[in-house]
Amino acid sequence: MNNQSIFEAYPRNDASLLIPLLQNIQTEFGYLPEDQLEKVAEHIGIPLSRVYGVATFYNQFRLKPLGKYVIRVCRGTACHVKGSLDILRILESELGIKAGDTTKDLMFSIETVACIGACSIAPVIVINDEYFGGLTPKSIQKLIKKFKDKG
Amino acid sequence: MKDFFDILSRKHTDFKVTPDLFMDIIHESPDITLPAKTAQEIREYKSRLTLEKTDKPAIIVGMGTCGLANGAQGVYDTFKEELEKRGIEAELISTGCVGYCAEEVIVDIKLPGYPRLSYARVTPKDVSNLIETTLINHEPLRDKVLGVYHEKSEKRWENLPVIDNIPFFKIQQKVVLENCGIIDPENIDQYIVRGGYKGLSRVLKNMSPEDVIEDTLKAGLRGRGGGGFKTGMKWKFARQSEGDKKYLICNADEGDPGAFMDRAILEGDPHRVVEGMVIAAYAIGASEGYIYCRAEYPLAIRRLRKTLADAEKYGLLGDNILNSGFNFKLKIKEGAGAFVCGEETALINSIEGNRGMPRPRPPYPTTEGLWGKPTVINNVETFANVPVIIRRGADWYASIGTATSKGTKIFALSGKVKNVGLVEVPMGTTLRQIVFDVGGGIPDGRRFKAVQIGGPSGGALPESVIDTAIDYENLKEIGAMMGSGGLVVMDETTCMVDLAKYFMTFIMSESCGKCIPCREGTKRLYETLERLTRSYKNENDPEEALLRFQGMVYLERLAKVITTTSLCGLGQTAANPVLSTLHYFRDEYEAHLYERKCPAGVCKELLTYKIDTDKCTGCTLCAIKCPVDAIVGERKKAHYIISDKCTRCGQCMMNCNFNAIYVE
Repeated sequence: MNNQSIFEAYPRNDASLLIPLLQNIQTEFGYLPEDQLEKVAEHIGIPLSRVYGVATFYNQFRLKPLGKYVIRVCRGTACHVKGSLDILRILESELGIKAGDTTKDLMFSIETVACIGACSIAPVIVINDEYFGGLTPKSIQKLIKKFKDKG
Repeated sequence: MKDFFDILSRKHTDFKVTPDLFMDIIHESPDITLPAKTAQEIREYKSRLTLEKTDKPAIIVGMGTCGLANGAQGVYDTFKEELEKRGIEAELISTGCVGYCAEEVIVDIKLPGYPRLSYARVTPKDVSNLIETTLINHEPLRDKVLGVYHEKSEKRWENLPVIDNIPFFKIQQKVVLENCGIIDPENIDQYIVRGGYKGLSRVLKNMSPEDVIEDTLKAGLRGRGGGGFKTGMKWKFARQSEGDKKYLICNADEGDPGAFMDRAILEGDPHRVVEGMVIAAYAIGASEGYIYCRAEYPLAIRRLRKTLADAEKYGLLGDNILNSGFNFKLKIKEGAGAFVCGEETALINSIEGNRGMPRPRPPYPTTEGLWGKPTVINNVETFANVPVIIRRGADWYASIGTATSKGTKIFALSGKVKNVGLVEVPMGTTLRQIVFDVGGGIPDGRRFKAVQIGGPSGGALPESVIDTAIDYENLKEIGAMMGSGGLVVMDETTCMVDLAKYFMTFIMSESCGKCIPCREGTKRLYETLERLTRSYKNENDPEEALLRFQGMVYLERLAKVITTTSLCGLGQTAANPVLSTLHYFRDEYEAHLYERKCPAGVCKELLTYKIDTDKCTGCTLCAIKCPVDAIVGERKKAHYIISDKCTRCGQCMMNCNFNAIYVE
């Protein structure tokens, strides 16, 4: 992939551009590949360790590629009291991965988010950009089956 | 489409529209005489904007994140299709959230001559019916009606509730949210026509920066982000700080779980925040500003981009604002998801491109902030209050609220409550009024147990204190905190130990790790709570049982050490959920500790799964689903669970079709 254009948009040696640049790369690649992090360090003019430090500090950044379906489980307070931990556990056991991981076939990734802000339909998850609210242990099993069948 | 800009920039006569006249003309200043033709055109355009006098119907779909999550896009698209198919001319407008999230998707229909009519829980299937009844037959679709707006109009809808009178809205006072869900947030003219940027033009024309600060002080505005520091004071410090350059930052990094008021304001009325920021920038003398917004709020960011572009086009941002000589540039900076970035020094670090870690204060950002320059950071809701203070006056504003806390506060009401949504009430309203009057009480016939206010920095309050009038001081006194305003209602099925554990999990993963009390202390708190919720079976080590008690003995002390020794606000308030639940729900802790029981039936390991032999049909489904073969029994006869083998995964209960499995 040619990503020269990403770097061109950012002037060199401006440390304040580190986060936007990483965001841009992640949008392009879906995650932050190692060689890109090296390029970023060189472009911004800071040590790679600092780039890595920032990339691992913020929840948004990922160092591994994501699956086709990214499932974001809301772990806000409203969702929690309405049972989102159960939803998360079921998802984990159905897909055989933990939150933060991706299945081997690169189909599913599970992430948790602090709050989606759709508390009215708690507990809620987002699969790619689609919201699914008011989930129950039963409905989440059905939902995952639907996505598994869809492939 | 034509807008104010086009109308006024066309030359009807020799009358010259300068940027500073622009606002006066739109807001009809008495000492300006416009050429008749222009005046007429503006009047017509204005009534079209306010939907007061229109010749075609308008359909307004609530499309904030909550609306969209409930399927608003589908409703919008279906309306578009149907209207085209039937050849009906109508205006289709998308707007932010009116606050009544439980009733989303909300669709308003405004027919010429009629008052605005609001429909609730609209699905794409209802669209055709709505068009048929309301648009064609001029009849309301009664069972979908939420209410009508109180408006002057020639015709009336008979026997329909007025929006302001339905319980959810009755005690609310919309000051900051007055436009949310009413106007099209992406249309700057709709904001202006409702008094928008009037405050700013007044400030730039008639007031000195000191006047603005004085007014803000007089109004008694305090930071809505949580701490409640006097906004005018903060501005004053920054104004007095020496520096060739000053910065203004809007903290839109709403990381609080269970809070979504900032998102709703940004999505529903973004110009209001920008206006507030420009006024604040003028007051402190800032020339550059940032809106630091969570990347998790893509819709808010998209709308903000349009908002900034439009404000620049109108000369309300950028160089020489409204011809006053004042310059202010505003940029959007996307956050990357870290709760601690809500803390101002951490936020500054994040903008500078570092990890979002706080530093000790003083020096305060107002003397040494972004890139070492004086910086003011206020929260979205705080800025959204500013225009109305200028427009309606500090005295008017100060007349709302309690002695120490002025104005209104927006709460995100959620959890086990009927009417989930965004609630704006005057300071001094009681928690009971919010939960029971606005929120409609607890669903499913359950009993109220607690209300958690202020997110991870706040506390859980029981029924005995819910008649407390909410303001900054009162909340602190009863062991909670305003926080950003998340208000999560809990019923008897919520376990308070589990809740405290939940917040510790959150804080543990969000602590930046810089200072030991917060990094290690919250982990210890979590471990203590975790041990409380563990069963005998999972205690491999004989010492575990002792550690359970020991942890409990030191729990309170540890919590207080964390509170007094942490570096930033996150750590200083991190133990609040533990302290407040310990204070008000000690019996629940004791039940976990001494009896190894969870009265609310939440802590899995402490539960015993049982099968109701009367209800069990012997279908064997539970036995098949059980991952550890803990269920025995013959086909077509009642089954039993071997408690020692059971891992409490809950699979059996989830899969039973006869509700025969229960927990004790």
